[in-house]
Amino acid sequence: MKKILNGLAAFGLVMAGTFGAALAAEEGHNAAEPTHFPILHPAQEKWTFAGPFGTYDRAQLQRGLKVYKEVCSACHSMNLVAFRTLQDLGYSEAQVKAFAAEYEVQDGPNAEGEMFTRKATPNDHFPSPFANDAAAAAANNGAVPPDMSLLAKARSVERGFPTFIFDIFTQYAEGGPDYIHALLNGYDQQPPAGMEIAEGTHYNPYFINGKSLAMAKPISDGQVTYDDGAPQTVDQYSRDVAAFLMWAAEPHLEIRKQTGFRVMVFMLLFAGLIYLTKRKVWANVAH
Amino acid sequence: MSGGHSTYSPKTGLGRWMDARMPLPRLVHDSFVSYPVPRNLNYAYTFGGILSLMLAAQILTGIVLAMHYANDTSLAFQSVEKIMRDVNSGWLLRYLHSNGASMFFIAVYVHIMRGLYYGSYKAPRELLWILGCIIYLLMMATGFMGYVLPWGQMSFWGATVITGFFTAIPVVGDWIQQLLLGGFSVDNPTLNRFFALHYLLPFMIAGVVVLHVWALHVVGQTNPTGIEVKSKTDVVAFTPYATIKDAFGMIVFGLVFAYFVFYIPNYLGHPDNYIQANSLKTPAHIVPEWYYLPFYAILRAITFNIGPIDSKLGGVLAMFGSIAVLFFVPWLDTSKVRSAAYRPWYKLFFWLFVVNAIFLGWLGSRPAEGTYVALAQMSTLYYFAFFLIIMPVLGLIETPRRLPNSITEAVLEKNKGGAPVHPTGATASPETKG
Repeated sequence: MKKILNGLAAFGLVMAGTFGAALAAEEGHNAAEPTHFPILHPAQEKWTFAGPFGTYDRAQLQRGLKVYKEVCSACHSMNLVAFRTLQDLGYSEAQVKAFAAEYEVQDGPNAEGEMFTRKATPNDHFPSPFANDAAAAAANNGAVPPDMSLLAKARSVERGFPTFIFDIFTQYAEGGPDYIHALLNGYDQQPPAGMEIAEGTHYNPYFINGKSLAMAKPISDGQVTYDDGAPQTVDQYSRDVAAFLMWAAEPHLEIRKQTGFRVMVFMLLFAGLIYLTKRKVWANVAH
Repeated sequence: MSGGHSTYSPKTGLGRWMDARMPLPRLVHDSFVSYPVPRNLNYAYTFGGILSLMLAAQILTGIVLAMHYANDTSLAFQSVEKIMRDVNSGWLLRYLHSNGASMFFIAVYVHIMRGLYYGSYKAPRELLWILGCIIYLLMMATGFMGYVLPWGQMSFWGATVITGFFTAIPVVGDWIQQLLLGGFSVDNPTLNRFFALHYLLPFMIAGVVVLHVWALHVVGQTNPTGIEVKSKTDVVAFTPYATIKDAFGMIVFGLVFAYFVFYIPNYLGHPDNYIQANSLKTPAHIVPEWYYLPFYAILRAITFNIGPIDSKLGGVLAMFGSIAVLFFVPWLDTSKVRSAAYRPWYKLFFWLFVVNAIFLGWLGSRPAEGTYVALAQMSTLYYFAFFLIIMPVLGLIETPRRLPNSITEAVLEKNKGGAPVHPTGATASPETKG
């Protein structure tokens, strides 16, 4: 039995050693020829919608919508989001109607069998900038710009051990916005010496799928005019658009967290009552 | 169901009328009210009840989701998003269902581990254990097909990879794969049949659960001492004793469930599944749902040919073997003593097994390269050695600790003159702990 135990201990040590080596192997990659992406992990930013009582900052969402409309929407569709839901951002019904009317959508066929374009109504979704994926690819050097409706939930950099365990308790669920913010601010960094960047792509150490991506730096300081006095910087633009995209991906986040609080309080009280009942029932029974 | 001596006596006229024609109330009374359970069951034994609750919750949320879901490759992804955005409380239903699947698996893993720890599979409970293994297999099939339905990138590529396993089987492999897919690749026919089966299998699970509970009520529950019930003082009535304890277990489990649903609903999912399936774009890393990761690690651990078996078939055999071995556990364990509480060495190897299984899960989420492969091979070796070497050999050479003579004796020893033995005994005694 002693032998088994010793063998076991040795096995455990070997496991721990190789485990450490594996982690080190994953971390220590060649700067010019990285094999794991992203090269840099996004920083953890502060978001108003994080945590158990998080809510969206309406002014921020409105600024984010402006950035999306004036910059991103030139290439990126957002076809799961209906104009009517923009009332969540604090706009009135009339404002939403007016906003929708700035877009043209295809409709039809009419009584003559013809397709026609008309002004969008609140029931329409954001129209796509391209007729189809082939057109989008043709206009963008072969890369289709991803639809933005779910982008904030469809991108998240792996957190690694042991952070991913702490994330359960800190309720970290903002990997998407953190990634978007980091990516938009990562264009000004220079590639390390010796790194080859493919023609028509742009170096960005935060890109999740490689060392460079097809999208060029999309936004610069002062490009979008804010009328609420918020700073007109890339950092601010990217925070605002990331928050807006989080709303677009998870429009019911606030009600979810509010409902959650009530459910947790109810269930905690209920659990307490059940526990006391259980103690009473078992009080006279040794077990 | 409980040993044939029913204590049910209907009090009303309607009750007697019913009892003479179809004694359903008698069945319920005998199974869930007067049914005797060992008095020393701990909270690990509440997971059977928790699992029944989770199955019911999954079926209920699933039926409502199916009313809004469109099983067509061109509509599936959008219909799920419509549920998330436009259906009243649709986000809640869907998050309950997707996280519910994970919670279901957490509960089943605790339940299985409890069985392994207390030797719940040993005679006369072999069939009970095997029925449980069948439920687990059905759960895995259901979970896998359910994950395909939202038609995201991981749905599509997961389905491609997992159905691809079957091509490793000689002669009939390709035919099986085409039968599963309804074609040569994952496409609309695949989605249609997976949806039909995803709706069917839970009801099959419910059927096997009935058999599982039936078998349980014939042989009775085990308990942490592993000693069979010998006298009336060893047991208490299911209601109220087990009912209230199960209720408390369920509500605490429900708290964990709610925490995930309301605060981190996407924590257990993969971000890529929020990208619509694209057969032309392979994700960087294809990983299954977390609850399959240990088996995925075992699959990828076999990177070498074994005689005429190539590494691909070897991996598939190892993966299926890792589940198949569970069916033989009642005969692999040679120990005369059931409970690990009295088996110091088995206890050690059991906890190593648990740690190893979690480690395998983590390896399953890593790319199959470098040291990870070697680590997965070592872990796979321990996984199989636990069942095929440690279990049979340890039972023969291990000296167990002294067993108490009965459950009652064990309880008394633990409490040392605290509360009285019999539930209907003295009334004024100090409360014992939890």
